[in-house]
Amino acid sequence: MKNKNKIKITMNGKQISLNQNLPLKKLVERLKIPLNKVAIELNKEIVNKKKLNQILLKNKDKIEIVHFIGGG
Amino acid sequence: MKKKDYFIVADKKFKSRLIVGTGKYKNMSECAKAIKISGADIVTVAVRRVNISDKSKPLLMDYINPKKITYLPNTAGCFNSDDALRTLRLAREIGGWSLVKLEVLGDKKNLFPDSIETLKSTEVLAKEGFKVMVYCNDDPLMAKRLENSGASAIMPLAAPIGSGLGIQNKINLKIIRKQTKLPVIVDAGIGQASDAVEAMELGCDGVLINTAIAKAKNPFQMAEAMKYAVISGRKSFLSGRIKPNLMGSASTTGSGII
Repeated sequence: MKNKNKIKITMNGKQISLNQNLPLKKLVERLKIPLNKVAIELNKEIVNKKKLNQILLKNKDKIEIVHFIGGG
Repeated sequence: MKKKDYFIVADKKFKSRLIVGTGKYKNMSECAKAIKISGADIVTVAVRRVNISDKSKPLLMDYINPKKITYLPNTAGCFNSDDALRTLRLAREIGGWSLVKLEVLGDKKNLFPDSIETLKSTEVLAKEGFKVMVYCNDDPLMAKRLENSGASAIMPLAAPIGSGLGIQNKINLKIIRKQTKLPVIVDAGIGQASDAVEAMELGCDGVLINTAIAKAKNPFQMAEAMKYAVISGRKSFLSGRIKPNLMGSASTTGSGII
């Protein structure tokens, strides 16, 4: 049965099902992402990491969370 | 007293003229050890997605402390200006860095830079306050254009990325060095220590090496070799070499000969 309170978002290319109106901050905390070592993009706009609590996730949102890896 | 010969990029002073890439190592601890041995003050790093399904994966920052070594975020894997700009804006957001390495490639096989996209990106980034070190072809005219567009350093290739072929076009590098006020760093194509010496003897201000160290049979020994090669080449350049002569000139005086 389809739950109307659920939304689908894409995070780093993967589809995730979440409760509606979940603050981005909660999702990041749930995934235990070290905020000081990443940058976050929501629908191709860079997100101010201090304002994550104010961002409520909507259906079809696209999130990218990136960090530094080895490279030349 | 002689003034200390610092390597200066975008008004920042560095001791080492060797920049080391952090890709292609067997693991992070090997990478961290090689960097330490190389004495590099700057390392290039790439921006990629966090692995959200496997968080046990080690983080680069846990091995290489960005407070001790300057991270130089790059745009590896970008083939157009939009992707490169997006990557560097994200990089700046991660840690507040504005010193970045721009690299917009044009061909997946030879990995040569796309000069038009590179120039376009340099203009935008400079306007946004980035200090852009630009990977480019060994083309003096393009190097001049990049300088006029606000680049902070010119990084011409010696040969294709990862090829280890060494410096292919000494004349071009010399002309690029002669015509610009910016630091010139030979980026890509170094294979062995003598290539690094040669780059420095041409008057270049620094060398960027990744594959030649990471993929050497003994990366630690090669890291050390490159460290001394860059120092040696720089000292040789500053010392003012003798004029090459076609004929011999005896080292010992002929007077008093029996």
